[in-house]
Amino acid sequence: MKRKPRVGLSVLAIVISLIWIFPVYWMLNSAFLPTVTLESFTPTFLPLGGSWNNFSSAMSDGTFFSALSMSVAITLIVVFFCILFAFLAALAISRFRFRGRKSFVLAVLLIQMLPAEALFLAQYKMMSSLGLLNSIVGVSIIYTAAVVPFTIWMLRGFVAGVPADLEEAAMVDGLSRFQAFMRITFPLLAPGLVASGVYAFLQAWNEFTVALILLPAEQSQTLPLWLRGFVQASATRATDWGQVMAASTLVAVPVIVFFLIVQGRMTAGLVSGAVKG
Amino acid sequence: MSSPVTSAKRDTRSEASLKAALQARKAKRRARLTPYWLIAAAIGVIVVGTGYPTVWQLVTSTQKYGLAQQFGTAAEFIGFQNYVDLLTDAEFWQVVARSLVFCFVVAAVTLALGLAFALLMNAVGKAARLTLQISMLLAWAMPIVASMTVWTWLFDTRRGVVNYLLDKIPGVDMYRFDWFASSWTFFLMAGIIVTWMSVPFVAFSIFAGLTQVSEEVLEASALDGASDGQRLRLIILPMIKPVIAIVMLLQVIWDLRVFAQIKILQDAGANGSQYDLLGTYIYKVGTGAQDFGSAAAASVIVLALTIAISWWYVRKLMKEDV
Repeated sequence: MKRKPRVGLSVLAIVISLIWIFPVYWMLNSAFLPTVTLESFTPTFLPLGGSWNNFSSAMSDGTFFSALSMSVAITLIVVFFCILFAFLAALAISRFRFRGRKSFVLAVLLIQMLPAEALFLAQYKMMSSLGLLNSIVGVSIIYTAAVVPFTIWMLRGFVAGVPADLEEAAMVDGLSRFQAFMRITFPLLAPGLVASGVYAFLQAWNEFTVALILLPAEQSQTLPLWLRGFVQASATRATDWGQVMAASTLVAVPVIVFFLIVQGRMTAGLVSGAVKG
Repeated sequence: MSSPVTSAKRDTRSEASLKAALQARKAKRRARLTPYWLIAAAIGVIVVGTGYPTVWQLVTSTQKYGLAQQFGTAAEFIGFQNYVDLLTDAEFWQVVARSLVFCFVVAAVTLALGLAFALLMNAVGKAARLTLQISMLLAWAMPIVASMTVWTWLFDTRRGVVNYLLDKIPGVDMYRFDWFASSWTFFLMAGIIVTWMSVPFVAFSIFAGLTQVSEEVLEASALDGASDGQRLRLIILPMIKPVIAIVMLLQVIWDLRVFAQIKILQDAGANGSQYDLLGTYIYKVGTGAQDFGSAAAASVIVLALTIAISWWYVRKLMKEDV
């Protein structure tokens, strides 16, 4: 709609932006302010005279780096296997007609709707009987199983978006089916793969519920659990909000950076995956 | 899609062509099995991570767990007794009702705001749109635990900014207001937070849908004298209906199972069953009281609720060629 932008609406948009961004701003602001300033009953709205002290004390908390490596390891595993499994499955459902295909697609859809909250007890019992509590493997299996259905659904939209005629044309020109796929379709799928990878990354990095259940030991915590523990430890004294906000920032920054880099592709992917019939 | 293998002639006289026919048949069978190999890995991990727990949940919901089972005695089969106990328990119904109200109110508000913001993004100039999009993205990108922590700080009773700003409004006394003190303000607070988190996804999805609405149709309708309101109601909304439907469904499902948000808020200072929604209720029954049977039955009920809510959508998909 190319009409003259209206000033009133622009002002409204800016006001909404400010409201929505405020919590994020407040996290950063408080993270830089010294405890003395934060203890005053009048909030300080600008981090003037701020320092990195809160960050260094949050990181010097003994378990930060072990939580960071836990999170990185789990996230990498989940992203890799999700993309691989989902890619193969998306290929099957959008390039082949086979018996059971429709039931598989429906199962994929239905499984997405299973609430993790309805399964975590069973997952806990299963992992504890397998001896996989507090292990990277146990959590990674659950995460992959939880994320794969949606990534299949997303990728399916992308694979279906590349016309099979292109592949067939290449096969007429003498390429094998596999070659045709790798040279023609695969490059066109890159945005879809990136989008699903990011989706898997966000899910694995941010996940809280399953981690809470399956990773009870302190040395096997992921970053979200570490942050929760940090808040609770701080709350036994009077909560040191400066340090807590610095800790939140440490957890959030990698996600925000990554998210901003790839967001355009991701929203496109979410929508096309969900909407394309 | 047909396999590229052409069927061999049925010529039994020549050895060579027989061999070719056999090979062709083998290749055909392999081609037929290909899709199954492709979905095998996904199915495998889903069966282990989701399928088995679901079955366990169903089986366990018919068993009685008590003190003896913590010491290794096998649980006893009691049929539907756990369900009967739950469904005749007034407290459970309160939790269900609270969850449903919370879910529908939050989802409706989220959808309304998301739609409004998407229309706003579409109507304003580039600079204002970018500002709005960036702030929405930042809110969207925040990990749940980090946002919950910030919001707990914002709603802090003594030094929180929310109380400070509200208190500045003439005639409003919010000095040291405790949001955690009653379940009403607790869920108002939780609703505000969940809405803040979920609006960006809705706004971006609907905005993506809006950009697909054809320019020509809109211009034609303008020439025909349609007002802004008419164009919104008669052209834009019907065209983006599929997007709205799917976001609405997802939102309802997600809001029905808010666990992390409620759990973290409870940790921040609200104990007691009046602060529970279904997720935290199951968590308490299962991990606290170790009553896996009742917890599993409650989980199955949540599952049934989810399926009931999304049934129309699933039916629609089944009719379509997916």
